[in-house]
Parts: sequence; C-alpha cells; structure tokens
Amino acid sequence: MSAVQTTSQDDTRKRGPLAEVFFSLLRSRTFLVGLAIVLFWVACALFGERFAPYDPLADDIINALAPPSREHWFGTDQIGRDVFSRVIVGSRDILTVAPLATLLATVAGTALGLLTGYFRGIVDDVVSRILEAFMAIPVVIVALLAIVALGTSKTTVIIVIGLSFAPIIARTVRSAVLAERELDYVAAAQLRHESALHTMFVEILPNVIPPILVETTVRLGYAIFAVATLSFMGFGIQPPSPDWGLSISSNYGMIGGGFWWTVLFDALAIASLVIGVNLAADGVHGAFND
Amino acid sequence: MQGVLAILSFFARRVSLSLITLFLLSIMVFLGGQVLPGNVGRAILGPFADQRAVDALNHTLGVDRPLLVQYWSWISNFVQGDMGTSYIFRSPVAPFVIDALGNSMKLAAVAFVLVVPIGILGGVIAALNLNRPLDRIISLGGLSVTVLPEFVTGIILILIFGVWLRWLPISAAWPRNAGFFTQLYYLILPSLPLFLVLFGYIARMARSGMIEALDSDYTRTAVLKGLPWRTVIWRHVLRNALLPTITVIATQTGYLIGGLVVIETLFRYQGIGSLIFTAARGKDFPMLESGILTIGIVYAVATLAADFLYSVLNPRIRLGSDQ
Repeated sequence: MSAVQTTSQDDTRKRGPLAEVFFSLLRSRTFLVGLAIVLFWVACALFGERFAPYDPLADDIINALAPPSREHWFGTDQIGRDVFSRVIVGSRDILTVAPLATLLATVAGTALGLLTGYFRGIVDDVVSRILEAFMAIPVVIVALLAIVALGTSKTTVIIVIGLSFAPIIARTVRSAVLAERELDYVAAAQLRHESALHTMFVEILPNVIPPILVETTVRLGYAIFAVATLSFMGFGIQPPSPDWGLSISSNYGMIGGGFWWTVLFDALAIASLVIGVNLAADGVHGAFND
Repeated sequence: MQGVLAILSFFARRVSLSLITLFLLSIMVFLGGQVLPGNVGRAILGPFADQRAVDALNHTLGVDRPLLVQYWSWISNFVQGDMGTSYIFRSPVAPFVIDALGNSMKLAAVAFVLVVPIGILGGVIAALNLNRPLDRIISLGGLSVTVLPEFVTGIILILIFGVWLRWLPISAAWPRNAGFFTQLYYLILPSLPLFLVLFGYIARMARSGMIEALDSDYTRTAVLKGLPWRTVIWRHVLRNALLPTITVIATQTGYLIGGLVVIETLFRYQGIGSLIFTAARGKDFPMLESGILTIGIVYAVATLAADFLYSVLNPRIRLGSDQ
C-alpha cells in the first residue's frame, strides 16, 4: 500500500520536469527539423503507395535504365522500375525493422542494466565481462555471424540487432542505477522489505527514464545505420522489397557505366533519414540535460 | 621504481581483462559458427544429399564430436596458428586471413594517416573558435558525416570523384605489380568514407578536450603569468587536451573494422572485411570464425596499446582505479 502511494507521489512530482522537457523539445530547432524529416519518411512508409506515380515493383524492360525525365523523375533501374516510386515506398521496411530492433534493445538492455547495477558483485562482474566481449567486435560483424547461422529474415534481423544493442543500453542504465541505488528512497524501499524486483522496476526504473530515452533515440539512429548496412550486404531486408540499401546493392555494380540515378536517390534517402533521427536524438539529449 | 611497478601491475590487470574478453568472444564465435547452424554437413551438401554422405562429411569435419572437444581442438589449433580448413577453398584458412589482414591494414593506415592529424586539427580549430560559425560548421558537419553508413558516403563519393569528375578509380583492385604510389592512388577513394566516419569522432573529442583544457586553472595561470598565447596552447593546453583523444582513436579501430567490411565489399578490395563477407555468403564457417576472432584480437591489441600509451602519458591514471 505504502509503495503505491510513494510512486503516485513521485509521479506528481515528476510531471513538472517532464512537461518542461516537452516544452524545451518544442523550442529546440534541431529536434523539430529532425522530427520533420523522420515524420516525412514515416508518412511515405504509411501512405507512399497512394502518391507514388508508378507501382514500385512493376518492371518495364523496354524503359530500363532510362535517365531522369518528365515521365520518370528519378529515372528507372535495370529492369525498368520507377526509381522515384521505389524511393518513396522504400522507407517502409527499414522503418519497421529498425524501431522494433531498438525497442527490443531498450527492453532487454534496461532489464540487464537494472540487474547488474542493482546487484553489483558477482552478477555484475560476470554480465559486464560478457557484455564487454560482445562489444569488442563491431555490431555489423556480430550480426553477420548470427544471421548466417540463423538464416535471413526480418525477424532475425530485428532480434540480432536488438540483442547486439542491448549491452550498450545496459551500460548506460547500469551507471544510472549505480547512482540511484545510493539514494534514500531505495534504502527506504529496502527497509520496507520490498522485493528486489519491486525496488528495481517500480522504485528505480521511473527515475532512470531520462537516460534511457536519450539512449533509445540515439540507438534508433544506429539501428537504421545497421539495418541499411546489412541490407546493402544482402543479409538484411530481402528482395523484392524496394528497400534503399537493397536497391543500392543491386544497382551499384553499374555506376561505372554512368547510371548514377539508380543509386544516388536511395543513398540520399538513407542519409536524410539517418541525419533526421540523429538531429532528433540530439534534441532529446539537449532537452534532458539543460 | 614504484612508478614502473605501478605501470606493470596496471598493465598486467589490463592484459588479463583482455584475455578474458577474448576467451568469451571465442565462445560466442564458436557458438555462432559451430553450434547455431545445426547440421554443418547438411548445410554444405544441401537438403537433397544422402544422409550417409552428410554423416561422412560431418565425421571428416569433426563436427560430430562433443562440443567441448570441438571447442578445445578449434581454439588450441587457432592459438598455434592453425585456423582450420576452408569449406569452400579446401585449403588452410590462415594464409587467406593473413593476406587479407595485411591488405586491410594498408587501407586502414591510409585512412588513419589522413584522419588523425586532420581530425585533431579540426577539433582544435573548432574549440579555438568556440560557438562561432567555423565551430558550427566543423561540429555539425563532423557529426552529420559520422552518423552516415559507410556505403552511403562511399556511393556518393564514388559518384562525385569516380563517375562525374573521373579523378579516382572506382575500384580498389590495382593492376598487378603496382608500385607504392599507384596502390596509394587506388586506396584514396576507399579510405575517404572511413575518414569521414572517424573525422567526426576524433574532432569532437579533440574539441571537448580543448574546451576543458582552455577553461582550466593551469591555463589561466599560464596566461596570467604572461606566457605568449602560442606557448600556452602548445605547452599547456594541447598536451592535456589530446590525452582522451588517444583513447578514442584506439577504440575507433573496432568501428573502423566494421566499416572495412562494407567498404571492401563496395570497392572490391581483398581485405579481412571482404573475406568475412565472402565467407558469410558461402557459409564458410572456419573462415568466418577465424576472420572474426582475428578482428577481436586486433581490437584487443589496439585497446591495450591505447591504454598503455595513455598511462605512460598521463601519470594520474596509473595510480588510480582502472575504471
């Protein structure tokens, strides 16, 4: 009973600062520009097919590799598919896979970080060493190994990237928890003989939300980076999806011949999405640390 | 004497931590390469092969032994330089890995030689022009190129310098018997995407190190006792400002290698990255495992070297905790 009261009091006390963060986000130009770019691509992912001039999957061999023109604004690819339509619809898969992977990473990483930060001692030592080993090789390579072993599918990509990012989030959460667990409210909960799980998830967790939110937005940028890279290498999103990384991978072999439009617009699309997410993340970071 | 002992014990602790990390990494690689894929013989021969042929192949490859035995024979051979036999090439893996590592180091060296001085210079210039337009351009520009996937910057650079301007070759495969400068010429374009990714990190670290050092008491003292600005910057500020940058540069080796996988694929360059990529494509697990473990070792050595350099340059760290 007493626990319920403490948390609800905590909530009312926290509403002030959270609202402040919200308003400072609205005032942050970096955040708003980033958000606008991201929302643009989200809109394309949701409604792209309605305003794309052509079917992104329909080939038209006679008009293959046509340069940009009034009929095909961004030209056509090697089997005559309209590049403009493909770029618009191409945001769909990456905007499903990357956020889901980030969500998984956040949930798993938060749980791990709470456990290691709260219990310290042997649990912390063992888990931290394992996480360190995990982080000693680049995510793309961990993912490559896991995907080759498990077989390629969207679910595998989500799980692999989610689990590869979990240690990084765990590290952030752990250091926040280490600071929190010394505070009086944790001691109070322990004196009330609350269970460790209750103390971790009900008492400490609400107080470490800000670093988790910041880390999550940053990770989303990296998740998009990783998914795009894996798709480019053929281990991520699979054909016939009009995914950007995948399109670049199937067309870049020909750019020596001057067919720049088959890859340039996809590359710019990825660049804009990644920069948009990072601008937004930068804004969130700023809002929480002002 | 005490100082030397302190460095030695610090270093011994670091080495043992790295060894633990490498051990855990080897277990993960082993699990990924030899346990998760399930039936290796079936994976190689395909779903329609005869069961007896699959069993025979599994026996030849030794994958029908208990896991502990398999792990031990794999890792003890690896330590002795025997990385196993490639499933695809039917010949020892080690020469492939060593050749590829050499090639990757060439590419990485070109990127590093370019990015370390320019990145530090960029960070220093940004810090000396704090909050002025030049700082904004360097910081925001650095941040933007750092977050872009290497294949995206790679494609854009290929289009600009290889296709439109025709200044640089779009493939890193140089002609046979090419001399040093020809190789260098072929490596410039592939190293640029890596340069861009690293530039942002290094410049950011150098900038924040500079800002902190400029703001410190010792800098104020140096200025107030009448030293020329140039001396203050060179003798007092830079020395302290660049220490954290060294660590960042070493930790970036990990990311650099991740980037190499993509860049080497994009530019058709025979390095460790494209070796791993090809092995992954062909499900050549011995090659894949050795490649990844080699990368882990390179990363561990680079981190150790950075720690060592850092502790020698900064006496404060030696006696403190290793956190």
